[in-house]
Formats: sequence, structure tokens, C-alpha cells
Amino acid sequence: MAAYRPPRIPASEITPQPIYLNRRNFLGAATLAGAAMLGGAQAAAAALAVVPSRYKVDEKLTPQKDVTTYNNFYEFGLDKGDPAALSGDFKPRPWTIAVDGMVGKPGTFDIDQLIKDFPIEERVYRMRCVEAWSMVIPWNGFPLAALLDKVEPLGSAKYVAFETVVRPEEMPGQGGYFQSLSWPYIEGLRLDEARHPLTLLAVGLYGETLPNQNGAPIRLVVPWKYGFKGIKSIVRITLTDQQPKNTWQVTNPQEYGFYANVNPEVDHPRWSQATERRIGEGGFFSSGGRRPTLPFNGYADEVASLYAGMDLRANY
Amino acid sequence: MAPVLPKRWQPASVWLLYIVGLLPAAWSFYLGATDDLGADPVKSFELLLGLWTLRFLIATLAVSPFRDLAGWNLIRYRRALGLLTFYYALMHFSVYAILDQAPMFNAILADVLKRPFIMFGMAALLLLIPLAITSNMASIRRLGKNWIRLHRLIYPIAALGALHFALSTKVLTLEQYVYIGLIVVLLLYRGVRPILRARKNERKNLRAQATERIA
Repeated sequence: MAAYRPPRIPASEITPQPIYLNRRNFLGAATLAGAAMLGGAQAAAAALAVVPSRYKVDEKLTPQKDVTTYNNFYEFGLDKGDPAALSGDFKPRPWTIAVDGMVGKPGTFDIDQLIKDFPIEERVYRMRCVEAWSMVIPWNGFPLAALLDKVEPLGSAKYVAFETVVRPEEMPGQGGYFQSLSWPYIEGLRLDEARHPLTLLAVGLYGETLPNQNGAPIRLVVPWKYGFKGIKSIVRITLTDQQPKNTWQVTNPQEYGFYANVNPEVDHPRWSQATERRIGEGGFFSSGGRRPTLPFNGYADEVASLYAGMDLRANY
Repeated sequence: MAPVLPKRWQPASVWLLYIVGLLPAAWSFYLGATDDLGADPVKSFELLLGLWTLRFLIATLAVSPFRDLAGWNLIRYRRALGLLTFYYALMHFSVYAILDQAPMFNAILADVLKRPFIMFGMAALLLLIPLAITSNMASIRRLGKNWIRLHRLIYPIAALGALHFALSTKVLTLEQYVYIGLIVVLLLYRGVRPILRARKNERKNLRAQATERIA
């Protein structure tokens, strides 16, 4: 048996020491150049350093192409394709979020500092839209509770209110004569919902910073609630003792409530919520058809106890 | 002056309208079957068929005002436009029943009975059926005056279609305002039409009297 001989590496292939020592800068520059070349709406997409987490549904991921081209983000237009097509002028950097209200240490936080301060987890969540479609999305972010801990909520705080940026010059849906909703888009959670470990502030998806159309640079993800609770491009978080208003409830209180928990038993007044269609499963004949919607979007084990004793039909 | 097609081309132009009219459905079906119709192909196809139903409905309703106000007589194409409305409505429903809801047929029944939005659309489709069945010369001859009465059903059908469209989304879009606005205007026109006609006749009579006097 012949002894193993390591291959001889010619001197010409050995990386010079200065380049070796600078390899990280080189990679960074290459990433930047790549991002710059993509241009347009994708300009800001940058890789995130992501750690795994235990929150991972075992279902096929919705393709990135569909997650980033099929969006409800009325600030950019009402059509599902509008956010991807019309968000190119939006500038998600520099960006700060004010956290104020009933807190011991109010503050203003820079998005890039937050990304440095908190480990960015990958969480694969189901997303169920109130329009009866769904996706499975690998979000990257940190628990809202981590940010709330930083500002030390007062004992009197019972709710958390959220607010989206208003920039008509960068968000075409906020300008012009025809306005679908009133701005800013606002949302709210009960403090215990906000502190729940599933409640995520997402700064990315598929391992990259959030594209503009998905709510760059930071958005809320509450996987057991309908998608409209996931407020995008957040600029302010306020702790309060009053139940906050949320945009869809204000727009049509008969159809949208404060809680908006996914519930196959409680139909939207104009359509059924019993089933949903999974997005991105291919053409007419390759898609799996409708699937049953799960109570609390499949997160009942984790969150049902938050609503013990509540009438979920009245608190829709 | 209204353009006039040479007489021997007229039947061919009607057939051409059927073919061109069905192209959007055929093309989108091909795209949807080959996964080229976006992230939610079933919904996109359903919506496209619904929109074309409304487009042909609006075109059908526009034939009379067009003749009255612009002097263009497109009455030759009205049957084709009306039937295309019916075909698109039927395809729209079939996609909802077969591709969207299947195989939950009891879900469809529950939807129809519980939801005004679906009920309006379904009622419009059902009311279109007798109109489609009687869209031929034999029926026109046999039904006489009743044919005209029966085909006035297109007005409630249009109103139901507009309601169905208005209730199908979370908020009304600009596009919906345009479609619904056109339908409302075309229906209102039917209300003012007798008045317009009466005035026109009055003027004609006056002119006739004046001519008589001069003579």
C-alpha cells in the first residue's frame, strides 16, 4: 500500500500574507460591490450574521422570489406587485426607532446598532394573511421583549403602540389624490403579547436585510395573528396604559379588530377564514389546493393561554 | 361620421370579436398552467376573469348610449359582447369552484349562503343564464316583446356585478371606483334616456311644424 503523499502546492498559488490577513475586508468589499451592482429596489440587501433558533416550523419555505414580490404594503400601492415595483426610492438607512411612553429609560435606537447589540436569530414562521393566503418565511430578527427590556417598561404600562414612517416623497401610496388608508399606519399589542418570545422584530429574511417591500429596515412579526398586525418600517414604539388603535380597525371596525388572532372559526364578514391558499406552490395543477387554517395559525400551544377566558368571537 | 365596415366583412368581424375576446382567458390559462402567473396564480386568474366579465358587461351596456350620443351603431356586436360577458362570468365561477375552493363543495355552498359578496356574484351569474340561452334569432322571434322585457335583466345583473366587485377587497381601489363608476353612469343613462328622447322628438316636431308653416 502506497503511503499518502500530500499534494505539492506551488509557491505561485500561495496567497500573499497581506491579502490573507485582509481577507475579511476583501469579502466585505466584494459583497458591497455585488449589492451595488444589483441596484434598484434591491440596493440595500446585505448579508446578516444569523444564529439558529428553536422556532422553526417544519414546512416547505415559500420561495424568496414570492416573499419579496407578493406584498401588502399600501404605502407603496394597493396591488400585490406595487411594493416591489415602487419602493426603489425608499431609504431604509440611516434609521432610528424612538421607544417612549411609560418606560423608565426612553431612548432612540439606531437600526445598525440594534443589529450589533442583539443576536439576529433565524425563525421560520407561518404567515397568514387576513385575505386567506399564507406563506412560510425564514425571518431574521430579535424578540421585541429584548428591546422592551432595554427601556424598562413601568408597571403601569399595559399596551405597546407602533407607528410606521410617513414619507410621501419616497412612498407613492402615501401621496396623490387617492388615499386608501390614513397615515401613519399604526398597530398595537397587549404588553404580554408584545413580550411573548414568539413576537419578533424582523430586520431581515432569507439571511439578508429586509427588502424595502417587506418593511425595511425593521418590522413586527406576530405569527399567531393576521399579517396586518405585522407593522412595517417602524419609527416609533410607545408603551401606554390605553388600548392603542390599529389602522385596519379604524378603517373598518366591523371587519377588523384589535386582536386579529388567526381563527378558522371566526370568519371575516365577507369571506371564510376556515381555509387558506399557500403562496408560491407553482401553477394551477402543481399547487396543493386549499389547506385548513389552524387556530392561532398553529401556535395555539404557545399562545392560547394568553387569551384564557376571553370570548374570541367578540375579541376578533 | 361613423366608420362603416363593408357589408361582406361584417359577419367575419363578429367572429373575430369572439376570438379576440376569448384570448385573454386562453393566454392567462396557459401562463397559470405553466407557473408563469405570479405567486398566487389561481387568485390572479380568478381576478382576471372577473375583470374581463365587467369589461364586456360595460361594453355591452355602452352600445346604446354610443349610438344615441355618438352616432356609432355597434348593435351588430352587442350579442357577442353580452355572450362574452356570460362566458367570462362562467369561467370566473368555474375557477372559484374548481381551482380555488375544490374539493370543498360544501364550503362553496356555505360561502354562497352566508356571504352577500358571493351571493351577489352568484345571483348575477344565474340571471345571465336565461339571457345567454335566448341570445339567438329564433328566441327573439318567438318571445317577441317579452324578449326585450327579459333582457332588461342585464340592468340588475350589472348592479349585482358592481356590488360583488366592490365587496371583494379590503378597501376600494381606484380601479374599482372606475369600473363601478362606469356601471353606475351606464345604468343612470337608462333613467334619463326617455327624457332625452322626448326632448329630441319635441324638437323634431317643432321643426316639422315650422317647416309646415313655411310651406
